[in-house]
Amino acid sequence: MKALYALYPDPEAAQRAVDSLRAASTELKFDAQQIVILSGEPHEGYEFTDEHATRRPYRWAVLGAAVGGTLGYLLTTLTQKSYPIPTGGMSITPVWTNGIIVYEMTMLGAILTTLVVLLAGAGLPNFKDGITDPEIWTGKILVGVADPPENSQAELATRLRQAGASEVKQFAGISS
Amino acid sequence: MQRTAEQIEQDLLRPVFHTSKKYWVAVAFATSLFFAGVAAFCYQVYAGIGVWGINSPVFWAFDITNFVFWIGISHAGTLISAILRLTNATWRRPVTRCAEAITVFSVLIGALIPLCHIGRPWLAFWMIPYPSERRIWPNFRSPLAWDFFAIATYLTGSTIFLLLPTIPDFAAIRDTATGLRKKIYRVLALGWQGTPRQWQRLETAMHIMAIAIVPVAVSVHTIVSWDFAMTPVPMWHSTIFGPYFVAGAIFSGIAALILTMAVLRKVLRLEEYLRRIHFENLGKLLLTMSLLWFYFTFAERLTTWYGNAPPEMVVFWDSIRKNFAPLFWIMVFCNFLIPVPILGIKRLRTITGTAIASCTVVVGMWLERFLIIVPSLEHKFLPYSWGTYRPTWVEDTLMAASFGFMALLYLLFSKFVPMISVWEMKVGLQPHGGVPVATAEGEHHGLVLEGPLPTDVVE
Repeated sequence: MKALYALYPDPEAAQRAVDSLRAASTELKFDAQQIVILSGEPHEGYEFTDEHATRRPYRWAVLGAAVGGTLGYLLTTLTQKSYPIPTGGMSITPVWTNGIIVYEMTMLGAILTTLVVLLAGAGLPNFKDGITDPEIWTGKILVGVADPPENSQAELATRLRQAGASEVKQFAGISS
Repeated sequence: MQRTAEQIEQDLLRPVFHTSKKYWVAVAFATSLFFAGVAAFCYQVYAGIGVWGINSPVFWAFDITNFVFWIGISHAGTLISAILRLTNATWRRPVTRCAEAITVFSVLIGALIPLCHIGRPWLAFWMIPYPSERRIWPNFRSPLAWDFFAIATYLTGSTIFLLLPTIPDFAAIRDTATGLRKKIYRVLALGWQGTPRQWQRLETAMHIMAIAIVPVAVSVHTIVSWDFAMTPVPMWHSTIFGPYFVAGAIFSGIAALILTMAVLRKVLRLEEYLRRIHFENLGKLLLTMSLLWFYFTFAERLTTWYGNAPPEMVVFWDSIRKNFAPLFWIMVFCNFLIPVPILGIKRLRTITGTAIASCTVVVGMWLERFLIIVPSLEHKFLPYSWGTYRPTWVEDTLMAASFGFMALLYLLFSKFVPMISVWEMKVGLQPHGGVPVATAEGEHHGLVLEGPLPTDVVE
């Protein structure tokens, strides 16, 4: 993977760069999906971050909890019914005590689903060599274009500089 | 002086890249304690569980005391961290990872203790619900089966809660390190890049986890209390045990957290990050829990005394006036009479003051667990079955080893993972400490500047 990128000291400058690149995507013949933004910390309240906000993980967590609870219910009732021990007239499948197992399994279902949804949504694990720059960990924000068209690189560099970058860099893969 | 993102990065990653002699001395000490416990355990497996001091009628003693104690300590981390996350308390940032690590390791140690107690640890899998050829199913009516499910859920949730926010920090180390270290952290970082989508997903996941982990944490210690409350033993069969145990667990957990933070700030030179305000805030929380502990203890004892049931009064007076009186009054001093003035007087609520108070609370809470368990088992309903209990060197060694194991796990963890979340500290540098602020249009925007910066980022 190759990329042309610049580092910005603050999210406002990064937002300007993103807006500029998006506006030029048709003219410079690249897809807006090729725009790369990386940072060493989350930034809230900017269009480039908030566009990824979604309530979907919450719904998945509720669904996971429902599945976990159902499994807990089946585990307790099916095992107790398949081997009914003498209970002195009490219920073979007591709601009070089975409820505790169902509760724990419900929460476990929500927790495990959250983990799976996070990994799937964030594209992890992914050990392909992706674009990176150690400077993002010092507070800078990386904005660039992955696999930019050869004949548009000069114009892209100009736009990245105009948004406030002092230097435009090339990424040509990682040496491990 | 406000620190920059670069300085935060350097300060917090330093312990991962550089190791002091003090660290190795501490590791050697903790390892020796741990191996002493391994030796004692091997001897116990060889000679049988009879080498412990437990015998009829006291079948539970040091082991279950340590089990309840360590599960209680675990409430320091995930529960407090989750509550502080949900309430957007900005001062939490340097504290949460230290706390979450305590939870994972103490639950792990707590879960190992029943393995020692069952005497034949190789048959522990009988606890797992599986259809065996003899058709023996676990009894879901047993609180011990509830324990298995509760602790398994809590351990899973706490581990995920601890490890999720470490992924970006692993990526930071990956991009800074060289050689073998880079290769290791490349795997641990799972390919994290720091795209806006990844950050959004991580923050949402942490929010869901925080919501889910609070009721799980409460349920775990409630279920541990039901190990006793479901049993017809004098002074155990009580409805107050659930909340009493949860309050006690949070109490001992906060104390353990303060102690750990006090050690970490010196050993890892984190004085700039773990500051007086963190100890003061946690000290106030500890004070509240100390008062709550006294309230619960008084309510429990008063109800017993007023009821005046002969079997319960035997246990009552044994713990207050007779055999266990010295331990009982040490517990009252450690949990209430010493910490309350230290934590209540602002001048004394210093880092040293809160650490001293926490030290006494940890001792006091261990004694509390012991005093709940042993006096009651020594004096069950029928006097002809009464007995006494004295711990043996094997139990003493196993208890010391549990502390050594905790220290060892913590030390090793601090070598591989920054003990303060680097990226969360950097979020604290943003306007409003990274907490979204509602604008007039009802949107959230980090750019709106009003009010002072949070105290954890400004000196």
